Amino acid sequence: MSLWTTLNRVIFKRTSTFVLAGVAGAFFFERTFEVGSVAIFETLNKGKLWKDIKHKYEQ
Amino acid sequence: MAAAVGRICGARLLKSYGVVGPQVAQLSTQSQGWSRNRKWILSTLGVMGGGVGALLFALEQSVQASGSEAHPPHQPWNHFGWYQSFDHASVRRGYEVYKQVCKACHSLQYIAFRNLVGVSHTEDEAKAEAAEVMVKDGPDEEGNFFERPGKLSDYLPSPYPNENAARAANNGAYPPDLSYIVSGRKGGEDYIFALLTGYVDAPAGVVLREGQNYNPYFPGGAISMAQVLYNEAAEFSDGTPATASQMAKDVATFLRWCSEPELDERRLMTIKAIGIFSMLAAVVYYMKRHKWSTMKSRKLAFKPVSKK
Repeated sequence: MSLWTTLNRVIFKRTSTFVLAGVAGAFFFERTFEVGSVAIFETLNKGKLWKDIKHKYEQ
Repeated sequence: MAAAVGRICGARLLKSYGVVGPQVAQLSTQSQGWSRNRKWILSTLGVMGGGVGALLFALEQSVQASGSEAHPPHQPWNHFGWYQSFDHASVRRGYEVYKQVCKACHSLQYIAFRNLVGVSHTEDEAKAEAAEVMVKDGPDEEGNFFERPGKLSDYLPSPYPNENAARAANNGAYPPDLSYIVSGRKGGEDYIFALLTGYVDAPAGVVLREGQNYNPYFPGGAISMAQVLYNEAAEFSDGTPATASQMAKDVATFLRWCSEPELDERRLMTIKAIGIFSMLAAVVYYMKRHKWSTMKSRKLAFKPVSKK
């Protein structure tokens, strides 16, 4: 609970830091989510994608 | 069904719940429930909607059943499934089949050489593919049209200049453009595969005109396209044995890519949508529990005013 209180006091109380936290959170969330989804997609389709066969055709 | 419900619910079906029952059943807070007119309108709408839907379904089914063509069997395409991307090696082989076999009669006018880059060919390979064809360009500074080697931005050349020329060269039958053929035909790639591998001798009693062939998967059975895919009819650059069924599978995959080049994107989007919506569902569930907690734990106490 004390973590929550600290977070509240340091970040969420002031509008400027709150907005900043929102923007930074959105950025990191988007990056993690995107990279994670692509990683899942590429694992599920290993060997079928262009990136898996393109080494055969590049000089 | 009714008997089962009666046995499970028993006497509770008959019990009166006072005013709450009808309110809950009709999603309404009015104590009277729906008026007669409203009931009548809504039930008419329901019956009409259901009837029209059933009629459409029945018509569709009867049209499918009344045709003489064979229905293509379902094949285990490896891009079928919620998360399954294209097999890009297969798309590449399919392009080779198109180039060596189909291109003689069928155009692919909505696919440009640049579309192949990063899908089945490297940029250099796609440039080389484009440079093999001659494209009409112009007018130049003197107003003349001229031929030049193709560039990445050029579309795949058509075998005939226009539909009339195509008909004249093919006994009056027009070889359709293949760009959207998989989306445009019932059965999709199953149909293409069945058609390409399904040529048989015409059964007794079927009269074919000059230049026609018999294919049970083609509506009507008489198709002007001859069987083109025989073993070793094309050559694969990756060394895969070029059997007729392998070529049919690869070209059907390639044509699905032509019709739906965004399929890989969509599969990735499915994964993302499932991720985002499961998070949102968790939030919504929490919010619901949060909002309802006061209502669920509320107790109403009636305190009658005592008559003195």
